[in-house]
Amino acid sequence: MSEVPSELKYTKSHEWLRLEDDGLVTVGISDHAQELLGDLVFVELPEAGTDFVTGDECCVVESVKAASDVYMPISGEIVEVNEELADEPEIINSSPYDSGWLFKVRPSAEELDDLMDADAYQAEIAE
Amino acid sequence: MPFIPHTEQEISQMLQTIGADSIEDLFDEIPAHLRAAVLEAVPVGMTEMEISRLMHQRAEKNTKALCFLGAGAYQHHIPAAVWEITTRGEYYSAYTPYQAEASQGTLQLTYEYQSMMTALTAMDVSNASMYDGASSLAEAVLMAVRGNRKSKSRKILIPTTVNPVYRQTAHTIVKGQQIDLVEVPYDAATGTVTLELIKQQAEADITAIVIQQPNFFGCLEAVDEITDWAHENNILVIAVINPLAAALLTPPGEWGQDEASKGADIACGDGQPLGAPMSAGGPYYGLLCCKQALVRQMPGRIVGRTVDLDGKEGFVLTLQAREQHIRRSKATSNICTNQGLVVTASTIHMAIMGAEGLENTAAACHASNNSLVEKLSTIKGVKKAFSSVHFHETVLQLDAPAAQVLTALMQKGILGGFDLSLDYPELGNAILVCTTEMRSEEDIAAYATAMQEVLAQPANNIASLQESA
Amino acid sequence: MLIFEHSSQGRKGAPQSPVEKASVSAIPENLLRKKSAALPEVSELQAVRHYTRLSQKNFSIDTQFYPLGSCTMKYNPRACNSLAMLPGFLNAHPLTPDEQNQGFLACMSDLQSMLCEATGMAAFSLAPMAGAQGEFAGVAKIEAYHTSRGDVERKEILVPDAAHGTNPATAVMCGFRVKEIPTLANGDVDLDALKQAVGPQTAGLMLTNPSTLGVFERNIEEIAKVVHQAGGLLYYDGANLNAILGKIRPGDMGFDVIHSNLHKTFSTPHGGGGPGSGAVGVAERLIPFLPLPMVTQEGEQYRYLTAKDRPQSIGRLSAFMGNPGVLLRAYIYMRFLGREGMVRVAEFATLNANYMMAEAKRRGFTLAIDSRRASHEFIITLKNEARKHHVSAMDFAKRLLDLGYHAPTTYFPLLVPECLLIEPTESEAKEALDGFMDALEQIKQEAETNPEILHAAPQTMPVKRLDEVRAAKQLDLAYKAN
Repeated sequence: MSEVPSELKYTKSHEWLRLEDDGLVTVGISDHAQELLGDLVFVELPEAGTDFVTGDECCVVESVKAASDVYMPISGEIVEVNEELADEPEIINSSPYDSGWLFKVRPSAEELDDLMDADAYQAEIAE
Repeated sequence: MPFIPHTEQEISQMLQTIGADSIEDLFDEIPAHLRAAVLEAVPVGMTEMEISRLMHQRAEKNTKALCFLGAGAYQHHIPAAVWEITTRGEYYSAYTPYQAEASQGTLQLTYEYQSMMTALTAMDVSNASMYDGASSLAEAVLMAVRGNRKSKSRKILIPTTVNPVYRQTAHTIVKGQQIDLVEVPYDAATGTVTLELIKQQAEADITAIVIQQPNFFGCLEAVDEITDWAHENNILVIAVINPLAAALLTPPGEWGQDEASKGADIACGDGQPLGAPMSAGGPYYGLLCCKQALVRQMPGRIVGRTVDLDGKEGFVLTLQAREQHIRRSKATSNICTNQGLVVTASTIHMAIMGAEGLENTAAACHASNNSLVEKLSTIKGVKKAFSSVHFHETVLQLDAPAAQVLTALMQKGILGGFDLSLDYPELGNAILVCTTEMRSEEDIAAYATAMQEVLAQPANNIASLQESA
Repeated sequence: MLIFEHSSQGRKGAPQSPVEKASVSAIPENLLRKKSAALPEVSELQAVRHYTRLSQKNFSIDTQFYPLGSCTMKYNPRACNSLAMLPGFLNAHPLTPDEQNQGFLACMSDLQSMLCEATGMAAFSLAPMAGAQGEFAGVAKIEAYHTSRGDVERKEILVPDAAHGTNPATAVMCGFRVKEIPTLANGDVDLDALKQAVGPQTAGLMLTNPSTLGVFERNIEEIAKVVHQAGGLLYYDGANLNAILGKIRPGDMGFDVIHSNLHKTFSTPHGGGGPGSGAVGVAERLIPFLPLPMVTQEGEQYRYLTAKDRPQSIGRLSAFMGNPGVLLRAYIYMRFLGREGMVRVAEFATLNANYMMAEAKRRGFTLAIDSRRASHEFIITLKNEARKHHVSAMDFAKRLLDLGYHAPTTYFPLLVPECLLIEPTESEAKEALDGFMDALEQIKQEAETNPEILHAAPQTMPVKRLDEVRAAKQLDLAYKAN
């Protein structure tokens, strides 16, 4: 059974989001996603300072058997990326919701309510 | 029946196991009205003896003229060991090495090929081959567009000194992807492209520039100058090389004087000169190399060295996540089968020849071309077109129609060169003559004599030479 | 050990010429290499021994039964090789004038004609160098056709979800969007879904028949009608032609454009990963768009067709005409078969596959599709074994290596979990098939009693299972001397 923390929001394409105190949003991929991918070998992160719109392909996570696109769950500017992943992409496998975060966004609109909560995502991946 | 071992008894046993009455029953899901009639236009089968006779007859019809023709395919000596080993059943009839433990022969050989190719080109990474030089240029262009994050224009500068069929092929393959191939003309005196001419075609945002070395005319381009300028302007450099020439000339990984940005970003070309017989046009293979930073944009197969469960060294296909069987519509390319057997031959060829063997071969090609051009230029009606240094091909301009001269030479047993008039009408009656290490001084003297005889005829008599032969 | 590790500075010992280095004084210093390339320095014997011994680490058709589904690993006749390498062919320059190249051109012209007759198409080009390039040419021709008619809104290519990865990759390379059509459990394409999906945006449908699930697409005529009525074209992926050669022709099924993998159906060597050939055939209306060059016959003479002859061609895919050495081998093979031999290829490939499928069922394996005829291949799913004994298709594959068999295709098509796609081909005798089924059954029993053997397999190969994660993370793609 994969973990689905209750305080986070989720997308159908297996991204999670956490609203931080400073108004930034942290984004990563879910435990279910990292399980499907297997051992991650490479992460292609977006450049800090780039603007994206909801649904844009902004990042690629690559394992031996798959290379998956990560889609922007909300619109905004990338303010920080997780540099640790350059040398140790496997952090995502061991800690997908914590030290395996991908990037932080300054959202340009109030879109968080459009996303799934933990229960909805749980139901989604149970199918 | 060719290659089908079944006996009547076995057929019967097998049908019994299946529970069918006849082999025809096994096709009962196919609508009857769709069944093919007898394939009338396909002849009946032949025995090996009969086919052998036919193929010998056909092979005999092909010319034995002395080859002074290059233009993208070259006659070189290949050590006998190369194809004897390459056609061993274990290499010849092996599949793509997806089950790595059962394919360590092919995988290790391919890793060695990648290693030799990076050594020869001075590039960081090589893949396991593309189809040929022309299509490898197309893939290099696609790679540059993916890899140059700073550029949005998708415009590629491509001098007309790049092989015309390579340019045509690149156009066919990239035209579905909104990429603009912008032609740059060459300097009529030197037969090379110049920074001046390049700058005239360049705009603010150019994604990449292609430089062929030696170029299609056999001339040597100013690769350092062009590479430095390109890198100053955030333009990726795609080198198209002859890998045999690379044993002698500055390899693409060392183009440019600026230490920080040194080296072409992508190198491609055709591996044919290294161990592939001309064979009416192939199979050859496309080499493709790049700087480390672009490795994940590299299409095609790549072999990596790793260890097994016991810590023993082993080889495996890697970075497969980029390829069609996993990434499907987002793949770097649709390439699946490549040119494995030819790469096998080329690797063995490079191992047997070594760097010194290849350098000596390249030097001999250059020297014999100098000798040929020297002798031919003394003939009235022949002149060297360009002032630049050439490698092993040279453009000669003639006083008589190129096509007729070549036909007349052919009748004297000389395959004299490539007629440039279709692709480069501005050069007039021009031919591209090539020599390799296989052309001896006797061969060159024979060519000179033949050319002398052909051009000594008045122009309208050259045509009649054709009829009388 | 790598060949580099056998090197010794200054070692040569190969009597290859030239022996001396000629003068290169005409070439400016700055255009010459400063240091020789770091290639191996070995004697000829060392090179021969090294590469001969490496070859012995490979499985191959010449040495093992190799039932790789969708690859058609049939015997590569030796005569195809030796006759294709006759000096007259081997030493021919590709730009030899047509008049002096008649022997080779005659073979190519014959090959084009025989492919037309065998597949029911109006014309063939031998230019594409592999299946994927053939697909590219095919889809590019579809694009050219619609554009030539001003039909520029057709931006979508339909592909079954069970299709080979090259299909969607190719469509995207040609500038199309891809839309997937689901496949039903019985192996047929979902006709209702197809009817929903077609429209004025449809450029075409890419299909293979028999499908990647190893069964004949029974609704093919209806599918052709649906796609044609919507104004789209039908593309045939010829990877599975071995199942139907001479029995039914793609042209008769309604396909407008096809590619044939000559390195599958027509037995040119797989060579450890090529070279192949993806010759493309078309119906009458697409002839103008075929890739160049092609060969034509005018009376007794043969010649290459050029851009002047075919101004609407999609263009060139390579410097010369595809892979001529491969084309010659395919031609020679087709002369061995003749018209009656082609039919027998399909018959016996199908007999062998159905026999193995019946045996698989008898021995307790789960078939992916139980109630239908196999084509030239069939699929076993190991999902039950996986669940009960915690072994995977991968484990079965690796254990087969220990028992002396190359594994079938695994994990393709993606639709069937833990699958083995098995294609014996017609050139294998009954005892090879029985031996393989015995091995498979043995492994199934081992899965029940001693799954560890499967997990640890292979044990008898030159290497055990390899660390693929490390290979992708710590990229070591070329040897660098210290």
